[in-house]
Amino acid sequence: MSGEPLVEIRNLNFSYDGRPVLTGINMVIPRGKVVAIMGQSGCGKTTTLRLIGGQLKPTSGHVKVAGQVVHDLDDDGLYRLRRRMGMLFQFGALFTDMSVFDNVAFQLREHTDLPEDLIRDLVMMKLHAVGLRGAHRLMPSELSGGMARRVALARAIALDPMLIMYDEPFAGLDPISLSIIGELIRTLTQALGASSVVVTHDVQESLKIVDYVYFVSAGRIVAEGTAEDIRRSDAPYVHQFVWGEADGPVPFQYPAPAYADQILPGRALHG
Amino acid sequence: MDNVITRALTNLGHRVTSRIRRLGFASRFFAMTLVYSGTALKRFNLTIREIYFTGVLSLIIILVSGLFVGMVLGLQGYDTLQRYGSSEALGILVALSLVRELGPVVAALLFASRAGSAITAEIGLMKATEQLSAMEMMAVNPIARVVAPRFWAGIISMPLLAALFSAMGIFGGYLVGVQLIGVDEGSFWSQMQASVDFREDIVNGVIKSFVFGVVVTWIAVFEGYDSEPTAEGVSGATTRTVVTSSLAILAADFVLTAFMFRGV
Ligand SMILES: Nc1ncnc2c1ncn2[C@@H]1O[C@H](COP(=O)(O)OP(=O)(O)OP(=O)(O)O)[C@@H](O)[C@H]1O
Ligand SMILES: [Mg+2]
Repeated sequence: MSGEPLVEIRNLNFSYDGRPVLTGINMVIPRGKVVAIMGQSGCGKTTTLRLIGGQLKPTSGHVKVAGQVVHDLDDDGLYRLRRRMGMLFQFGALFTDMSVFDNVAFQLREHTDLPEDLIRDLVMMKLHAVGLRGAHRLMPSELSGGMARRVALARAIALDPMLIMYDEPFAGLDPISLSIIGELIRTLTQALGASSVVVTHDVQESLKIVDYVYFVSAGRIVAEGTAEDIRRSDAPYVHQFVWGEADGPVPFQYPAPAYADQILPGRALHG
Repeated sequence: MDNVITRALTNLGHRVTSRIRRLGFASRFFAMTLVYSGTALKRFNLTIREIYFTGVLSLIIILVSGLFVGMVLGLQGYDTLQRYGSSEALGILVALSLVRELGPVVAALLFASRAGSAITAEIGLMKATEQLSAMEMMAVNPIARVVAPRFWAGIISMPLLAALFSAMGIFGGYLVGVQLIGVDEGSFWSQMQASVDFREDIVNGVIKSFVFGVVVTWIAVFEGYDSEPTAEGVSGATTRTVVTSSLAILAADFVLTAFMFRGV
């Protein structure tokens, strides 16, 4: 891990309306590597990606991408930086009024003056990579969940970005698409020399393709290391997560009053 | 007792300040829409597409309503005028009522409920499904790409729709007055031509419908952009668009009329 990292997060704190979501995050995403952020639902993974993309401003600390502090940039600077980032949204976020083809072509048409036949070739290439070249005429409403996610992936990489953020790329994929998409993330990173951040719950699949893993719990980084470190780790948190055990330091419940207090008759009204 | 009153007052205060704050947001949003209108005007096909969705799709309801309103005007007008033995003035009555008042106002009310609500719902849903966020992440400003084309499309469509409404209404008045009741055709048209003033009536009517177009589309795009990103949020915003813009149209109509026809 040499050279200046592409993304550097230092002492980052973030709260939504005074409720802390991320505390004291330090994270480094080196160039040309795939980094995974793992952690249970609601721990702040999507929020982290939004902070890197400059859609949210940290309460304190800073996020640097390619040497620039993201939240200090003006609108123009931020937009220039975002042209070199791709983001796969957790729920796809395809433009519902455009066909699959137009969705993938969107950035090419907005940001370049390429002639239409070249755009067509580029779009077909990206769709081919996610196995959906044949679906280019369909509208988003005609796609299954997993197909929509793959189209969103093709759209995220349309401009060959230097930083690609994947929010749950594996959710809703069958085992075959899953390993193909996993491979794709790996090869894209190599072919483009890009860096990738993969937010995922899918420990087994992602350990095959990532270089480094951060485990987040309740807004803090509780463990980190290379894929090898993680597999061998016997830290209770990591062990529980990797092997999917119900008992351990990770609470399954969103913070709540004691269960008995809420369900016992006669006291139920307090909840 | 004291407690109840203070609470009521605090509540009222909160409501007033939040309304004022929202008005502030809306004004800022309006200014931003104008600032980022470059794309919508340069790449005019984006706006044309929206003109199709807002304007052309409102066409049927506008034409049909215009026809009926004109026919009712023909009946009512004839009934009143013939008492004074001046039924051949029916043409003037129908044309002036439509061009000055009913055309712009009723067309704008219909436009608000047909196109305004659709704009709000569309933008609100794009927000709720993170399409606007995604656009921002792709370094494309959603105000420039999504809001401004819809805004300009509304402003361009509104006067055209109002004009079509009036034309259709005059035709309806003609059908009922001349064809059905038998008012003299020559005097129906010639009196109308002689008494409708271009500056005084037509231009003022166009100004009205232009203002209504700005008001309705502004409210519609703002409510959509500002909506809570949930199903209830979007449906609430859609209702607010129709209610707020209808009230705004009627209020603006009073103010404009007071200024325009002061001397008449
Ligand atoms: N717009 C918002 N306003 C207030 N709180 C929010 C908002 N978005 C997210 N949160 C809160 O921030 C916390 C982290 O949310 P985030 O979306 O980052 O979770 P996540 O790790 O991506 O979870 P998942 O794996 O389920 O997607 C959650 O507790 C959530 O309740
Ligand atoms: Mg998430």
